[in-house]
Amino acid sequence: MRRRLLIAAAVAVLGGAARAVTPDEQLPDPKLEARARAISQELRCVVCQNQSIDDSEAPLAHDLRVLLRERIAAGDTDAQARAYLVQRYGSFVLLRPPFRPETWALWLGPLGVLAVGGIGVVVYFRSRAGGPAALNAADEAELDRLMATAPEGDD
Amino acid sequence: MRRILFLAPILLLVLVLAGFGVGLRRDPSILPSQLIGKPLPAFSLPPLSPDRAGLATTDLAGEPVLLNVFASWCVACRVEHPTLMRLKAEGVNIAGLDWKDEPADGAGWLGQNGDPYARTGNDRTGRAGIDMGVSGVPETFVVDRRGRVRYRQVGPITPEVWAETIAPLMAKLRAES
Repeated sequence: MRRRLLIAAAVAVLGGAARAVTPDEQLPDPKLEARARAISQELRCVVCQNQSIDDSEAPLAHDLRVLLRERIAAGDTDAQARAYLVQRYGSFVLLRPPFRPETWALWLGPLGVLAVGGIGVVVYFRSRAGGPAALNAADEAELDRLMATAPEGDD
Repeated sequence: MRRILFLAPILLLVLVLAGFGVGLRRDPSILPSQLIGKPLPAFSLPPLSPDRAGLATTDLAGEPVLLNVFASWCVACRVEHPTLMRLKAEGVNIAGLDWKDEPADGAGWLGQNGDPYARTGNDRTGRAGIDMGVSGVPETFVVDRRGRVRYRQVGPITPEVWAETIAPLMAKLRAES
């Protein structure tokens, strides 16, 4: 029973991962294929934009997987192969966006919102925690004087 | 101070809503072309049939030209086709790139519907299109006299797109030396 569950889980996980890439696309060298695979998992398919070209069954994703493998087989480094596609389709195809001036808002925006919210919270609690100031010596003396001169039996 | 604190979240909300208002109206499938202002990548493509002219990058210099990427399997190209035929009749210089298509299918499609192109190249593997960053068909590149891409239209050229965007640009490019 347990073994069956394990096999079912493995089929579910591995089957999903291997869905789009067909055997005839793969490189004979398992090392190169693994590199191509890793790169293609981080490249966006421009047809179905929320999938990587590794996941997508769009014909263009197939073409790009083949192209990427050709570059890898021809001796490109990972960075060169990635740059080859970025040059054509723009840095939008990188599922992990680079940290550059045009993406600063993307990377730092959430931190900025958090900072604004944090400042707001601090200012809010500061203004509440102040309360009335403690009495100083002169206030104490004035209070004693008033208490001493107060008419009796009033309360 | 208190008033600012009270108004800040409302202001922020208005800003965020305005951002969504602009962002949601944009078509996310239209990606900015990497080629704007740059020369077309070099290609030399065979014709659809022996009696026609093929298409190479060198054919596209000299006069402003529309480089229209199409395919016989493309539905939206049928929508665009009458507009291209009209433009041809008006004397607009149009070149065709038959993307990811069998030459015979492309030739058949043009034979059936009419051929708006001065020259047509067959990009069977789709590599020339990929070099230009084509993500689907139809797409159209406006190329100036010096062979540089000045504009990319993703999706069909409708009469509105032509009248409002591409025609004024072509007029401007013709005026350039």
